[in-house]
Amino acid sequence: MGNITLKNVSKSFGATSIIPGLDLVIENGEFVVFVGPSGCGKSTLLRLIAGLEDTSGGSINIDGRDVTGEAPAKRKLAMVFQSYALYPHMTVAKNIGFPLKMAGEDKATIDKKVGDAARVLNLTNYLERRPGQLSGGQRQRVAIGRAIVRQPTAFLFDEPLSNLDAALRGTMRLEISELHHQLKTTMIYVTHDQVEAMTMADKIVVLNAGNIEQVGSPMELYKTPRNLFVAGFIGSPKMNLIEGAPAAKNGAKTIGIRPEHLEISTTAGEWKAIVGVAEHLGSDTFLHVQADGVGPLTVRADGELGVHHGDTIYLTPDKAKLHRFGADGKAI
Amino acid sequence: MARSVTTQHKTIATVAAWIVALLIFFPILYTIITSFKSEQEAIQGFSIIPSGTFESYSEVQAQSGYFKFFFNSVLLSVGSTILALLVAIPAAWSMAFSPTKRTKDILMWMLSTKMMPAVAVLFPIYLIFRDTGLLDSRIGLMVMLMLINLPIVVWMLYTYFREIPGEILEAARMDGASLWNEIVYVLTPMAVPGIASTMLLNIILAWNEAFWTIRLTTTEAAPLTAFISSFSSPQGLFWAKLSAASTLAIAPILIMGWFSQKQLVRGLTFGAVK
Repeated sequence: MGNITLKNVSKSFGATSIIPGLDLVIENGEFVVFVGPSGCGKSTLLRLIAGLEDTSGGSINIDGRDVTGEAPAKRKLAMVFQSYALYPHMTVAKNIGFPLKMAGEDKATIDKKVGDAARVLNLTNYLERRPGQLSGGQRQRVAIGRAIVRQPTAFLFDEPLSNLDAALRGTMRLEISELHHQLKTTMIYVTHDQVEAMTMADKIVVLNAGNIEQVGSPMELYKTPRNLFVAGFIGSPKMNLIEGAPAAKNGAKTIGIRPEHLEISTTAGEWKAIVGVAEHLGSDTFLHVQADGVGPLTVRADGELGVHHGDTIYLTPDKAKLHRFGADGKAI
Repeated sequence: MARSVTTQHKTIATVAAWIVALLIFFPILYTIITSFKSEQEAIQGFSIIPSGTFESYSEVQAQSGYFKFFFNSVLLSVGSTILALLVAIPAAWSMAFSPTKRTKDILMWMLSTKMMPAVAVLFPIYLIFRDTGLLDSRIGLMVMLMLINLPIVVWMLYTYFREIPGEILEAARMDGASLWNEIVYVLTPMAVPGIASTMLLNIILAWNEAFWTIRLTTTEAAPLTAFISSFSSPQGLFWAKLSAASTLAIAPILIMGWFSQKQLVRGLTFGAVK
């Protein structure tokens, strides 16, 4: 089991309130991603769940048990840190086996479980090496091995892929998702990278200044952002947010249209625009344009589009996919 | 051209370094040279070529029993170092990983006690030792040496511990390690180079400590510092014997320092640059 419930959990450092008080329910087996800009409190929230920080108020329940005042080890959670936090003086085998040693398991059990974890993570040939002799990806696998070996109630990941290069990040992303499918254990994953959030999560929790802006599946957040913050944060490239006359025409203070929901024409359309930078990626083309009476927009087109800097194009937003926001920033 | 200037500068710097090193080391060197002279040679004036006699060494051993003092020195320096580490490791741990607003003040206060002249507390300490029966006792002196060097030991370990990423200790906590297990299995092994440097330095400081070892001992607990001092007053004119006694006293620590110089330099300069 791995149900985690936060009730009015708050955290302050001195007079500074990091998390004013939030409620959240994480169901057993869910892959939940906390996403938000730097300093939004997502790592602090994870550390509160882990027990590495004391809460200033509220309660944390794991499988119906109040663990708010319990030490990290007693919460039966495992954590993977951004810096891997491996023990540099121990071999890979000893690193993975450390939680079992602390749990008082006998040597034969430790060896068996370490061997099993190493097989799952392709680390069998590296068991006698020390962390310093491993690549970044291998180190991260050891950190994951150390977490899975104790069969925790839930896994906590604190920006685990931030120190890896882009290619390795993509591979590890898949491996972690695969691991979740295999283990079916609750996973809470903190990241500032919304691509990681969208591709891995069952449920995304968007945080801003310690508050939950929206909770939902990746597609819910993409299709129906509750407010301007979520609209601007989820999606890559970002949603175009337009104020002024075009918004007023649609009965809103701000309207939002995703780059992929703008129809491009070289002859006619609702908005006339001049192409600034054109990014040709082969599979997609991103155009950064200046639209008359609208302002700067980002446009995405499938495949290669023969449009270049200085060209005039016409854009028509897909009305069905237009997002409208009121003066309070909330979706209408 | 540039290369020859660089080579010239290097040569000058090397020669200058050797001259300075020789000047600093000369008193010790001359003591060693004098120890291999006869008493007559020793008082004849400056000479750096001794006759090579071992006469002074055999007389010093026969008269005073060098090994008893040597044994006390080893016991006091090693014992006080172990005691200091037992106190300082938890202290440095708490200050490095659970600092409070006053941690820096406490560290400064601890260091400030090293700036106090020892003679200022001679009377109270002497009276405490006398009244508790610790005068001339190895245990008493061990505690005394431990207390004297504790600020430096705590400071050095604190500097080392601060270099250990907090996330590793948090990982240990998540892995189920108790505070004791965290210190034993994670922190201490990671800080071994730092602890070794601190240990070496503390042994040297305790070995060389003369103010308290001379004043709080007579025969039973007297270390090598008291051994040298016993030659200086009644037999002050016997330079060769005094030199032999001094050489015997400094030799062990000089050899130890020579073999561990790399570790010592690292220990003393740790944290100075990142």
